[in-house]
Amino acid sequence: MIHVIIIILLSVVMIVMAFVAIHHKNLQVAVIASGIISLFASVIYIFLAAPDVAITEASIGSVITVSIFFYVLNKIRHEDIKK
Amino acid sequence: MKLFEIEYISLIAGFILLIVGLWGIISQRNIIKMIISFSILDTSVHLLLVAVGYIRNRTAPIIDSSVNKLNAANEITDPLPQALVLTAIVIGVGITALLLTYALKLFRQNSSLEINQYKSLKW
Amino acid sequence: MKILRSSALLIVVGFMAWMMFNLYVTYDSRTELNDVAAYYAEEGLSEVGAANLVTSIVVTYRGLDTLGEVTILFLTAAIIGLLLKTEKGTRTTPVRESSEFLMTGARILIPVITMIGVYIFINGHLSPGGGFQGGAILASTFILLLMSISNKKIGHRLLDYTEAISGLSFILIGVLGIILAAGFLDNKIFSLGTFGTLLSAGTIPIIYSLVGLKVGAELSNIILEFNQIQGDEDH
Repeated sequence: MIHVIIIILLSVVMIVMAFVAIHHKNLQVAVIASGIISLFASVIYIFLAAPDVAITEASIGSVITVSIFFYVLNKIRHEDIKK
Repeated sequence: MKLFEIEYISLIAGFILLIVGLWGIISQRNIIKMIISFSILDTSVHLLLVAVGYIRNRTAPIIDSSVNKLNAANEITDPLPQALVLTAIVIGVGITALLLTYALKLFRQNSSLEINQYKSLKW
Repeated sequence: MKILRSSALLIVVGFMAWMMFNLYVTYDSRTELNDVAAYYAEEGLSEVGAANLVTSIVVTYRGLDTLGEVTILFLTAAIIGLLLKTEKGTRTTPVRESSEFLMTGARILIPVITMIGVYIFINGHLSPGGGFQGGAILASTFILLLMSISNKKIGHRLLDYTEAISGLSFILIGVLGIILAAGFLDNKIFSLGTFGTLLSAGTIPIIYSLVGLKVGAELSNIILEFNQIQGDEDH
């Protein structure tokens, strides 16, 4: 039963974060929110008996994707200031 | 009760995330927002595939001391969707990086991220 | 016009939601494996000898998929390198020096995280993990390294050689499988060893370590490309 409650909480946070990611004005907040979705999905994968997928999603979805997004956002901001 | 099992809850979460991601892709005008929506869509599809492969009261597909080797087919969950999702995640990060590169290129050409400003294909 | 557009979007999304709802209502949770998965579960131990069945599917049963996937990642890295190519040595804006905390923390953490990554892909056939996960962890170490030494230039050469050598060895082991065993990427080139030890399951630990090095080098290459354009002059 405790599994069900944890997964319901994680799902609700994921869906809220999806809305934040799409509708927030600030792009950095949106990127962080999409990283949070990946991180919480990786917790759900452990409950769904998929530890391999959980490790992959945690290391790729919430670290590497977010840092690539931030590199591009930083570059865009610099070029925007210059113009 | 059908609703209160973890695979059904994961399915609902996956479906809602899929619809939200699709809505983001077709309704947002900012290219970075579209790419973020694409990554949400990606995560949701992975969640759906793993939830479909789950079988209740079974362990992960790793044959160790908790699984009887002779009866393994009745004690583990489906390893096939997990193997497919594993490669899909790695390809997903490649696609996201490629999309971001194109977004950077477009920004350098048009100095804007809004797709309303891209008029080169309109006449 | 705007109302028309929003209503069209709503119709598309509503149709999608209706399809998803029908899929959910008619979905019944599974009670047993299908034939292919049951075959993998029953015969995987004697045929491949890896404790982690996901690993035996990714590396041996569907090894060609993994090869294609690694190729896609290589092509992605190549295209990104091509698109982001800027003139060398045009970095004009000075990059801010990294803080003392970050540099000390990186000095302590980088060896530990690298060791975890290598552990994960060497033990891919016994415990959860494998080449993709280990490679991703190595790439995240590379991000930390790039952040901590932000004012030095890092060359591509080591990453390129790692990637090329591991990719070539991967294909070479696959071809050796045709000559010495049943087919391309077959793992029974030498004996399977005792089940559950590190040097078991034929060539799976070797192939997965190569995949880990290759994925790590490719992801690091992508990150390095994005890092190198940061201070460059726009053109």
